[in-house]
Amino acid sequence: MSNSLLTRRGLLKTSAVAGAGLALPTIFTSGASAFTNDPTGSTVTLGFNVPQSGAYADEGADELRAYELAVEHLNGGGDGGMLNTFSSKALEGNGILGKKVEFVTGDTQTKSDAARASAKSMIEKDGAVMITGGSSSGVAIAVQGLCQEAGVIFMAGLTHSNDTTGKDKKANGFRHFFNAYMSAAALAPVLKNLYGSDRKAYHLTADYSWGWTQEESIAAATEAMGWQTVEKVRTPLGAGDFSSYIAPVLNSGADVLVLNHYGGDMVNSLTNAVQFGLRDKQVNGKNFEIVVPLYSRLMARGAGKNVAGIHGSTNWHWSLQDDASKAFVKSFGTKYGFPPSQAAHTVYCQTLLYADAVARGGSFNPCAVGEALEGFEFDGLGNGPTLYRADDHQCFKDVLVVRGKENPTSEFDLLEIVEVTPAAQVTYPADHPMFAGGALGACNPGA
Amino acid sequence: MDAILLQVLNGLDKGSAYALIALGLTLIFGTLGVVNFAHGAIFMIGAFCAVTLSRILSLSFETIDPTKVDFLGNPATIKTPYVEAWFGPEFGGALIDWAVPLAILFSIPIMIAVGFIMERGLIKHFYKRPHADQILVTFGLAIVLQEVIKYFYGANPISTPAPEVFKGSFDFGAMFGFDPNVIIYPYWRMVYFLFAAVVIGAVFSFLRFTTFGMVVRAGMADRETVGLLGIDIDRRFTIMFGLAAAVAGMAGVMYAPILSPNYHMGMDFLVLSFVVVVVGGMGSLPGAVAAGFLLGVLESFASMNEIKSIIPGIDQIIIYVVAIIILLTRPRGLLGKRGVMEE
Repeated sequence: MSNSLLTRRGLLKTSAVAGAGLALPTIFTSGASAFTNDPTGSTVTLGFNVPQSGAYADEGADELRAYELAVEHLNGGGDGGMLNTFSSKALEGNGILGKKVEFVTGDTQTKSDAARASAKSMIEKDGAVMITGGSSSGVAIAVQGLCQEAGVIFMAGLTHSNDTTGKDKKANGFRHFFNAYMSAAALAPVLKNLYGSDRKAYHLTADYSWGWTQEESIAAATEAMGWQTVEKVRTPLGAGDFSSYIAPVLNSGADVLVLNHYGGDMVNSLTNAVQFGLRDKQVNGKNFEIVVPLYSRLMARGAGKNVAGIHGSTNWHWSLQDDASKAFVKSFGTKYGFPPSQAAHTVYCQTLLYADAVARGGSFNPCAVGEALEGFEFDGLGNGPTLYRADDHQCFKDVLVVRGKENPTSEFDLLEIVEVTPAAQVTYPADHPMFAGGALGACNPGA
Repeated sequence: MDAILLQVLNGLDKGSAYALIALGLTLIFGTLGVVNFAHGAIFMIGAFCAVTLSRILSLSFETIDPTKVDFLGNPATIKTPYVEAWFGPEFGGALIDWAVPLAILFSIPIMIAVGFIMERGLIKHFYKRPHADQILVTFGLAIVLQEVIKYFYGANPISTPAPEVFKGSFDFGAMFGFDPNVIIYPYWRMVYFLFAAVVIGAVFSFLRFTTFGMVVRAGMADRETVGLLGIDIDRRFTIMFGLAAAVAGMAGVMYAPILSPNYHMGMDFLVLSFVVVVVGGMGSLPGAVAAGFLLGVLESFASMNEIKSIIPGIDQIIIYVVAIIILLTRPRGLLGKRGVMEE
């Protein structure tokens, strides 16, 4: 047996000294700065946390393109894009508060743990003062929680679950993207006009946070106008072949199929449904219809011709003809050769909104930024007049109801706008039961 | 009754895909003794052969149409596929429409070549290594292949429709006296099932009724003795690897309209196919086919609402539950032989 030189007393002494040594830098920094990652040099670092691998990598790539474009515009490069149309004029094209904007990127892999790890690394190693991104509600909620603890601002990307600004809302988190409730509120009247008020709906729902809230929202909104919900079936995420879920639909007496799916699941379930010939069938004396409440152009491309004539909602679409949308499409299209997706649009807006809030608040301190964003009313970012509500940090703006085009003229021209639903119609009280259960809490400046 | 019939039908096409992949897996295992975790990736590459041929046929030249504008307001470019320009819009259009069935011919040489390169280039060097090493290296290979496909084709699924004539579904119920629309089955899935039956029949006949097949079967039973008889069994086994790759590849091609191909689809099928092979019995070809259909049908049953309401989540674990029960009662699987993987 070998004798260890380490004694209990020695170990305690060493640990105490080492512990004090490790704590020392933190003591100094916390004295020197009032908040996490206060940018002291001539640059400021933003952290773009997007899926660069995994199922949503294409969305992540489009988000990253938009982030790079936003940084270019903030630093005074390019044609300025929506900076020219944005109603707030606090940004001058010289970075943020005169500091040149730099960025680091992380790969969320569309997994909550990977997303938290990459966000943590960007905050701790790269000194990112703000984290933004996400292409899934599970990821967004996880990263939002992390940013709240770390004391940095989180500007959510593509996240549509009610929970992000509902029961999981955080003081340091802000969402520009619309949510499941808004989709339902915008879609229901259009569906009633198209298909009448005597319909039986069958829901297929992705079995996670976003799917549940969307199912709840759509069922509530359609039931309120007289529809019946025949069945709600949860499907495992990434089920691949949905035929065994689709096959019983016709037999159930339902005449509308609601697909609460996104990404690859949406592509596959919709393709399966069309293959089964559901849309050519007559049930209860009516044409069978399919609804995809959350549409994305990138996904529509995967589903090909199957989207034709199918209704859904979207946060923004490149074919909008307002000056802001046109400026953004021109800027993005000239740089990359194709129009931006709704994911690209929302993250570009979020970057500008953050920078503008810093400029108006005069500080990178998350609490000052939060204060500047809360209750902020703006226009000129492609969605018409918009409010960042103070109660839950959710943006309230117009919602687009869209339909898959019958005869697309190009590979981007897949959706057409059926109706622009005004913000007032999709606004709900902050204490709405679908959003109950959480509290913003106090802002955390960290450090 | 109607719901049960419906799910049996439903399980058949999924079962066909499992059976085709598992057939190739067990063929490779039986001949070369290699546990090939890259087999799912071969299925995926097959599906991407369909995507590739459909893209090749849709290759277009661009002309400027000054009367229309693109999304930036510039004169629009109109794309005309070369095949339509060469063979006329009717025949050219039909070629593009039939891209998936045509891709079978296109995929066979490609898949055999992929199989050859994989076997000669990498897997050959691991024959004498433990199974754990083989699993690691083939699993690594699967990830590499997957990432290569993602690099070229992106991460989102790519719509690859079946020919227009196979659109819609056949009303089985009406034929057997049930109400209309109760038991419907898409035409393309019927095609898939028939296709799988033909391929499985062809592989069995090849092994059963040809001299080559006889030698291969002899080699599977006793490789050493066949070698001592002066037969170059290694070369034949390499050919079998190519054949197994072609079977999985064709399965992938035909599956493309059912499941829009994405880079990850191979992994999704691989795990289930392994369960199929184990349940069927390692190295047993009929076992793999029988287990493929059995598990496909059971999986469909488990996703019925009536069953899910009794045992929630059963649709996601049914295959593994059945696998455990079968392995506990028949440790060698349904049709497994004594001595395989037991040394």
